Amino acid sequence: MTKGRRKLSGVYIALMLLFLYLPIFVLIVFSFNSSKGYSWTGFSWKWYKELFSNELILHSLKNTLIIAAIASVASTVLGAAAAVGVFSMKNKTLKGAINNVTNLPLVSPEIVMGISLMLLFSFARMSGGFLSLVISHISFCVPSVYFSVLPKLRQMNGNLYEAALDLGCTPPRAFMKVVLPEIMPGIITGFLMAFTYSLDDFVVSYFTAGNVQTLSITIYSMVKKRVSPEINALSTILFVVVLMILLVTNVRSIKKERAKEKKMMKI
Amino acid sequence: MDQNKKVFELKKIAKSFDGEQILKGIDLDIHEKEFVTLLGPSGCGKTTTLRIIGGFVTPDSGDVLFLGKRINDIPPYKRKVNTVFQKYALFPHLDVFENVAFGLRLVKTPEKEIVQRVREMLALVNLSGFESRRVDLLSGGQQQRVAIARALVNRPNVLLLDEPLGALDLKLRKEMQIELKRIQQSLGITFVYVTHDQEEALTMSDTVVVMNEGRIQQIGTPQDIYNEPANAFTASFIGESNIISGIMHRDRLVEFAGRNYECVDGGFAKDEPVDIVVRPEDVEIAPATSEFLCGTVKDVIFKGVHYEMHVACNDFMWRVQSTDFTPVGAEVGLRITPEDIHIMHRTTYGGEKG
Ligand SMILES: Nc1ncnc2c1ncn2[C@@H]1O[C@H](COP(=O)(O)OP(=O)(O)O)[C@@H](O)[C@H]1O
Ligand SMILES: [Mg+2]
Repeated sequence: MTKGRRKLSGVYIALMLLFLYLPIFVLIVFSFNSSKGYSWTGFSWKWYKELFSNELILHSLKNTLIIAAIASVASTVLGAAAAVGVFSMKNKTLKGAINNVTNLPLVSPEIVMGISLMLLFSFARMSGGFLSLVISHISFCVPSVYFSVLPKLRQMNGNLYEAALDLGCTPPRAFMKVVLPEIMPGIITGFLMAFTYSLDDFVVSYFTAGNVQTLSITIYSMVKKRVSPEINALSTILFVVVLMILLVTNVRSIKKERAKEKKMMKI
Repeated sequence: MDQNKKVFELKKIAKSFDGEQILKGIDLDIHEKEFVTLLGPSGCGKTTTLRIIGGFVTPDSGDVLFLGKRINDIPPYKRKVNTVFQKYALFPHLDVFENVAFGLRLVKTPEKEIVQRVREMLALVNLSGFESRRVDLLSGGQQQRVAIARALVNRPNVLLLDEPLGALDLKLRKEMQIELKRIQQSLGITFVYVTHDQEEALTMSDTVVVMNEGRIQQIGTPQDIYNEPANAFTASFIGESNIISGIMHRDRLVEFAGRNYECVDGGFAKDEPVDIVVRPEDVEIAPATSEFLCGTVKDVIFKGVHYEMHVACNDFMWRVQSTDFTPVGAEVGLRITPEDIHIMHRTTYGGEKG
């Protein structure tokens, strides 16, 4: 009975992983295919070479990276500051209201975000472009930073800040010396999340980019014309980069846990 | 050095939170080198009073004076007062040494002096050799000591302690009580100590401030409070223990009720007169043999879960709680184990010799 059930759940997990990763696996394999079609003709770096000589792709990659860098740094600063500010607010109803409003961009469909930002920019007589892209990326990245910093603040011993004041810190100093180190893991997680969100955003960018080419927009327009294996190569690289970021974040937290356990054992 | 010099004065302090008045006119003087304990049931406003002294709460009305100067609006970081918080509040990202050095680094103390003073302080709280340990991996008692060292290294005029032993188990709490008292006496610092444990208050303090519902009920030495409770509240809150006079012959040996008892306290002068506190529930009824202190049961009252009785031994009336019934007039022995004997200095505030 239980054995059968266990088998069933094993099959289920295998199927799930298959559905999730088979497409990516196929994509990665075919990025190394020596011919254009979907039959394997041999290994080659051909598409990677072509990718890196494609001016358009390189140009949009540069745009994407610049936007991701600016948007993630800005949203980390804004999101962390907002979390700290709201956390230390005394008015409980206002606090709850702000949390819900901040949650909206995370739960509302991206297309709504995209269209509403586009409308906003046209109201403000701002044509789509670099600036509008950065602003819209910041707006959907801030909540992810906010919600990864807030739990760290909640976990923090409430007396820590007061203890720093007690020992002679002025309020800003107490924040820098005690609160900031405590919430740093949340800030880093939030930053990495913001960076990946910005990196792979298509929907919002599509509505606000004007004639600026970002990577996702370029890929989209390339795919519309013809399917090029260069895209496979590019997607593989993107996948690996995002995977790396995820691994780094997870390994960091696992390592910390391990170190803690080890020390516990010694005592 | 004048022991009657006032360090802190609270004058008609009132404070409300969310429309509810928590402190209703607190008047309190705290003297140099005094061990003052704020004692009262949970929620009576002890922590709030302490936070007003520390500068974390501003009173709605009334004045806080420090050495005669009004300091209502002086922020905590400008007060020569340090606090040991209820939940330790050690800085998790710093090791033991850096936690203790925190206050010294802020005032740019030379590195050599920092090392020396931190070492000294860690030795005082029996944590030498723990310098590079992570604080979140220490035991509760060790964390408590780090918190004390971190506060004391700054040489504050006054140390505030908010139920510092609340999270420790009974045995450790007992040890730390003795240690805290030793530290206070060796450094000659004023301690303002918050607890809801009457026995802790009676055994450690020079002055006990009994509080209830935002008001001070009585201020006095432990003996005053115990022997002459000013009102029914104090009487019922304090009056549950047995307090009997005795002589501390040497460390871990005390005489009272005409007998020698092994105990766990030390650090008293040879043959120093002391007062002994024993809780009624810690006195155990035993056979009336020469092994125990013996007496006659004078009255027995059933209190729901236990019987409360008075046992007359010589001229002292022992309050005893027991789950077993013993008839009036019975001859019984009283068994008192070393950990249940709590010893008080018989002093008025401030004096080493009384
Ligand atoms: N910052 C605060 N905001 C609202 N209520 C508070 C605050 N601090 C204390 N209180 C209330 O004041 C009362 C007394 O608290 P406290 O001084 O902590 O009592 P004690 O330390 O004697 O247990 C409690 O009912 C508590 O809920
Ligand atoms: Mg309290």
